[in-house]
Amino acid sequence: MLTISTGNNAVAAAVKQANPAVVAAYPITPQTEIVEQIANFVTNGSLKSKYIPVESEHSAMAACIGASITGVRTFTATSSHGLLYMHEMVNWAAGARLPIVMANVNRALGPGWNVWAEHTDSLQARDTGWLQVYVATVQEAYDATLMAFRIAEDRRVYLPVMINLDGFSLSHITQQLEENEIGDFIPPLVLDHAIDTKNPAGYGCMTSSSDYFRIRYDIERSMRDSVGVIRETEEAFSKSFGRSYSWTEDYQTEDAEILILSMGTLGKEAEVAVDILREEGIKAGAMRVRWIRPFPNLNLGDRELVVIDRNYSFGFGGILAASVRAKTGRECYNVIAGIGGQEVTYMDIAGFVRNRRIGEESWFGVDA
Amino acid sequence: MYEIRLHSRGGQGGVTAAKLMALAAFRDGKYATAAPFYGAERRGAPIVSFIRIDDKPIKIYSQIHNPDLVVVLDPSILDLVNVFDGLKPDGKVLINAPEVPEKASGYNVYYVDLTGIALKINLIVAGNPILNTPVIGALAKMGLFSRESAIDAIKEMFSDERNHKAALMAYEELI
Repeated sequence: MLTISTGNNAVAAAVKQANPAVVAAYPITPQTEIVEQIANFVTNGSLKSKYIPVESEHSAMAACIGASITGVRTFTATSSHGLLYMHEMVNWAAGARLPIVMANVNRALGPGWNVWAEHTDSLQARDTGWLQVYVATVQEAYDATLMAFRIAEDRRVYLPVMINLDGFSLSHITQQLEENEIGDFIPPLVLDHAIDTKNPAGYGCMTSSSDYFRIRYDIERSMRDSVGVIRETEEAFSKSFGRSYSWTEDYQTEDAEILILSMGTLGKEAEVAVDILREEGIKAGAMRVRWIRPFPNLNLGDRELVVIDRNYSFGFGGILAASVRAKTGRECYNVIAGIGGQEVTYMDIAGFVRNRRIGEESWFGVDA
Repeated sequence: MYEIRLHSRGGQGGVTAAKLMALAAFRDGKYATAAPFYGAERRGAPIVSFIRIDDKPIKIYSQIHNPDLVVVLDPSILDLVNVFDGLKPDGKVLINAPEVPEKASGYNVYYVDLTGIALKINLIVAGNPILNTPVIGALAKMGLFSRESAIDAIKEMFSDERNHKAALMAYEELI
């Protein structure tokens, strides 16, 4: 079905098709529309999920954990301070190997109080054992949500997946959306370690120093195995629905001499900057990094790199730039831009490329 | 690409008008994006929405700084905001007013009394005349999208037939 939708409603539409047994959530701007819409589906009977309106985000994730451990499909959504508030349980969900799917609508952290887009909220959760994907269109928000369930619930993964979409600049904008009948694209969940009341066992027990590291290593092994599962799932999705995704979305990268790396909606805006730069004779290309965990092998060659970070790690730098440096050993020009919804246009991005200073960092609006 | 900036007050339905514009353009086979700009909104405060229409997918998420068309749902905003800021030299303006407001003279102005139309057919919710459906009729007359797509979009989002009736009246009455 072809229609128009906001980013938030696209996530809710995908959740409806995935048909989770339990949705536990607490509203927070700019995510509220997702859980409101799911609550509407439950109220009008078009979705049979048990909807648990909890009193906090910590409880939302705790309720998802309790439901998931019984072997049923679960979903929640949050943003910013909500994600921070549930952080303990976010870690628990991954440690307990529960395939919970969560949408996080990226928003800045207070104070100052700010409800607009920034990626520092979800990137603070990058070491928790969750898989993380960042989307840039309403269609991709829908598609990535559908794929998230299949990836998380794969026996080779059994790890939670977080879909990240930019607050307001994607969550609240309206674009076209193709909704599909998904058939058996997401197979029924079989959780091998689900609670079996006939065979009682302990969960989350005290684990000695001689065993704990093995459990943690096992998370990393599954994270590495998820690489193949993500590839398989994206290929199957393309085959079923005709829309293709990969680790990065590449635009004019093949003959590019300069690459603009970024995440989320700024990555689409960067494609327009590439068109402008090429008219000026500057061979630029845009690479939008979609998956942050597991972090992809980036094919950067020897091209100059301009990395835009809509996030910051104080005392260190932009997190995407830091990741690129660590993974590839390549230097870059790191621009911190779009913080707290700061307006960044394609003209601004073209300017970052023209004025690049490889090896340095600049803050847009301060010294860039 | 055709870029539209829509000025209204919080609670007047500007966000829905933007969605209806995107839907009508989409029903015409075009790509469209409707992006309300969310500040610290409250009822009655001047707000702005951005709509882009193109033949190919739209990759721009930033605000519209040089619109082809400015739509003003509430003429009293003219006293508060420079709605013509950045308007392209050949750009158009559509204002909900029974005549061209003094502040708009010198611009390429189209006008229609959307408030009068809503009051005439009792298209009123919570004491406020509804402007977001009639304005779609006026925009169809200006050639933004077809009359049929405008009516289809309204019917898709609203079951009360006064909405598309108001749009048709605005289509006829646009000056």
